[in-house]
Amino acid sequence: MSIRSKINSQIFQDSNNTYFPKNEEEVSILIKEFYKKNFPTEIIGTNTKNFIGNKTQTSSKISLSKLTGIIDYFPEELYIKVKAGTLLEDVEKALEKNNQELAFEPIDFGFIENGQSNKGTVAGYLSCNYAGSRRFKVGSVRDHVLGFKGVNGKGDIIKSGGTVVKNVTGYDLSKLITGSFGTLCVLTEITLKVLPKKKFSNTIVIDAKNNQLIYDLFNKISGSSSEVSGAVFIPEEPKDDSYLKNRDKIFKFNDLDFKGSFLAFRVEGDKISINEKIKSLTEELQLNTYKTFLLDNYQSEPFWKKINNLELFEKTKNNLVRIVIEPSNGSKMMKYLSNKFKYYIDWCGSLFWIEMPAKKNMKIKEIKKITKEYGGYLTIIKASPEYDYEESIFTIDDVRLMISKKIKQSFDPKRILNPGKMYRGV
Amino acid sequence: MTDLVLPKIDKNTIKRKDEIVKNLSKISGSENVLSHPDEIKPYETDALAAYTQSPLTVILPKDTKEVSEILKYCYEENIKVIPRGAGTGLSGGALPLQDAVVLGLGKFNKILDINYENKYVVTQPGVTNLGITHAVQHKDFYYAPDPSSQLACSIGGNVAENSGGVHSLKYGTTTNNILGVEMVLMDGTICRIGGKTLDQEGYDLMGLICGSEGLLGVVTEVTVKILKKPQVVKAALIGFPSIKEGGNAASDIISNGIVPAGMEIMDKALIEATDNFSKAGYPRDAELLLIVELDGTESEVNELLKKVSEISKKNNCSSLKLSKNEKERLSFWAGRKAAFPACGAMAPDYYCMDGVIPRGKLAVALLEIKKLSQKYELLVANCFHAGDGNLHPLIMFDGSDKEQLRKTEEFGAEILKLCVKLGGVITGEHGVGIEKRELMCEMFNDKDIQQQLDIKKSLDEKNLLNPGKVYPILRKCTEEGRVHVHKVENKFPDLPRF
Repeated sequence: MSIRSKINSQIFQDSNNTYFPKNEEEVSILIKEFYKKNFPTEIIGTNTKNFIGNKTQTSSKISLSKLTGIIDYFPEELYIKVKAGTLLEDVEKALEKNNQELAFEPIDFGFIENGQSNKGTVAGYLSCNYAGSRRFKVGSVRDHVLGFKGVNGKGDIIKSGGTVVKNVTGYDLSKLITGSFGTLCVLTEITLKVLPKKKFSNTIVIDAKNNQLIYDLFNKISGSSSEVSGAVFIPEEPKDDSYLKNRDKIFKFNDLDFKGSFLAFRVEGDKISINEKIKSLTEELQLNTYKTFLLDNYQSEPFWKKINNLELFEKTKNNLVRIVIEPSNGSKMMKYLSNKFKYYIDWCGSLFWIEMPAKKNMKIKEIKKITKEYGGYLTIIKASPEYDYEESIFTIDDVRLMISKKIKQSFDPKRILNPGKMYRGV
Repeated sequence: MTDLVLPKIDKNTIKRKDEIVKNLSKISGSENVLSHPDEIKPYETDALAAYTQSPLTVILPKDTKEVSEILKYCYEENIKVIPRGAGTGLSGGALPLQDAVVLGLGKFNKILDINYENKYVVTQPGVTNLGITHAVQHKDFYYAPDPSSQLACSIGGNVAENSGGVHSLKYGTTTNNILGVEMVLMDGTICRIGGKTLDQEGYDLMGLICGSEGLLGVVTEVTVKILKKPQVVKAALIGFPSIKEGGNAASDIISNGIVPAGMEIMDKALIEATDNFSKAGYPRDAELLLIVELDGTESEVNELLKKVSEISKKNNCSSLKLSKNEKERLSFWAGRKAAFPACGAMAPDYYCMDGVIPRGKLAVALLEIKKLSQKYELLVANCFHAGDGNLHPLIMFDGSDKEQLRKTEEFGAEILKLCVKLGGVITGEHGVGIEKRELMCEMFNDKDIQQQLDIKKSLDEKNLLNPGKVYPILRKCTEEGRVHVHKVENKFPDLPRF
């Protein structure tokens, strides 16, 4: 049977020219055919993060939605191996039963899209490499990928890594694949490191406004040995009544009798160690000199969910921008943003989420320049329908672009997989 | 020692030696280009001292610009280059070739910036791993990955090998603790990968470079994360009457939600060897010894130690000691850190393996290794980073006996194949180098390896940078299936190896 007729008879294809392979062999057959015919294709999971990156121009799509299921889960070995299209939510549910979790705290991008939870697939999440609030303590998504299997742009089934945490056998391709937006290979199997879930979490909310003071607190928190696992700043600006009203609604908690700008940090563990950590942080941060509020476990957990759901920017129709800089430049960035844009700061001062009005494209150019000066990078996570793409979605320099093109070439010589999704020519 | 297949020698390059030395001297000065046999002797090998090879010449550049010019010259002239850090690697990754220039980074020995606000240190690659911690410890900060050779090994070498240490389970290996590197490609292109911020968008080139064993580029600057020292560190020393009970206890600790900072296992042969050697006061009646280290806040550590004690008792431990002070904690480690020299004292030579297995398979692995030890009539002692599954069996033999040497090689290969069979890998932290090159096919098929070779080719199309390492030269690996042997007279006899 020819490859073409094999595709027609075995691999379901819907009216939108989307293929639904059921296993990695079928993915391989499809890609081999596309390779032969020079057909570029888009790789999709559940389309929850499809708005990130450039629009691809392809003749067909490959959906991984039929590649689902947990292959292996050994809680005592601290790993879970799943098929690429498995829903992240299903993985989290399985881990929950054993008091384990994905420590990088996945962001739920469903809220900014349509106001509803939708974390998408494991492969989709991996392809973006956006870790949640715990990033500065536990590492990014890439630090939790132990191994993978996938199909490269020639249709060859390849693998790298394994199921163990210590492994230096060959190049560490798991990291290269993470955050590559499906441009290097079609993932079919993924092994993730899992960790025990901390029993309790408490959050301290501090009434703080002054830029310098906020970064002084961030600095002390990241330099503390009390293992703080989340630290955000939520400003009470810009002066936009409906936005601030919504902000207060989102952060309405029984023990948070306060509406101004605030910095909040989280400690996790057994009750006894939480108390100990709070005690020592009270001293290190001189918390007695501030107005503070304590959110217990029942309030702390939803608080961080709201942060990691990006609920402040729910259903946004504007440009949503993500900036990572050195914390030492954070207070200057705050000054620049002050009263102009809706924003908040995560990762203990490193990460800014900023909503920029649809018609202010020029501002993106300006802020990108500033970000580069501050040693960081900017990504347009969600572009407004009016966005003119004058500024590229991602940040890259010429040498890294040259290397990226070479790496792309080594995986996908005919640029079949998600061409242009990240950069022109990649 | 079995002959090693190395890349084809370019006789023309060897003929041109004088001209090459002259041209390299123009870049770095004649005093920094070594060619006399006495001068290049120290560069003939790394810590896999069984293999030696004189290079064509050795060059010691002092800055990135020189590295770039050297690589550009070698690229244009088709000359092979072997990058070298401190030469403490255990898998022969820095073994020279007859027709290659060794690019030593020993002069890159300065720390360039310490930034406490952003919690990073920018350093040149020749600075030692421990040198970074020394530079920041007065403010109670440290650099987390702690390979046993940390006193001597360079941070550039750590990046090349993705070095780990006993605290990898909780704190990760090198790749999880660096923010960025400056690197020079084989054609002389200087690039910055990563940066000083968390993550970098685009392809994770740093993840690719880290652990690439000097095959993709020469690292000339590294930015590492530094962490605040934990408030309290305590350890437990626990003896078990059987391998199975000790192995189960280690598994139970993890499945009870405890992530120890370090967890080490030693078998009876090693308990005796290290106790004889370092008088560590280990329980000599135990079949298996477990050292569990916990860090955090005082009450957290005490609580976890209580849980570890309960789990150990449930698994019938025969002895249990908790460290009462820092001195006692360090004494628990004293024997473990002397494991390699202790084995050296027991036999003329030993061969250290570096496989990884799933933690739960420890008992199976140790029992299988015991059977193999009987089959090959060679003594073996085992230490195991139980936290992350990294197994270091030490096979003892007499290198002057050719038959024993052959049997040792076979024994070692069987152990690594066993690791793969149990769901593990052939190297956890020592790297593939030349030592485990031919075993790559135990883990990868031709397509997997081809993809990796394609990446190599994309950044070094002439295959000039550290050729002959990591990937089998003869692709049908099983035909060449053999491994190679360490000798105890290594170049760093004083380094504790664990």
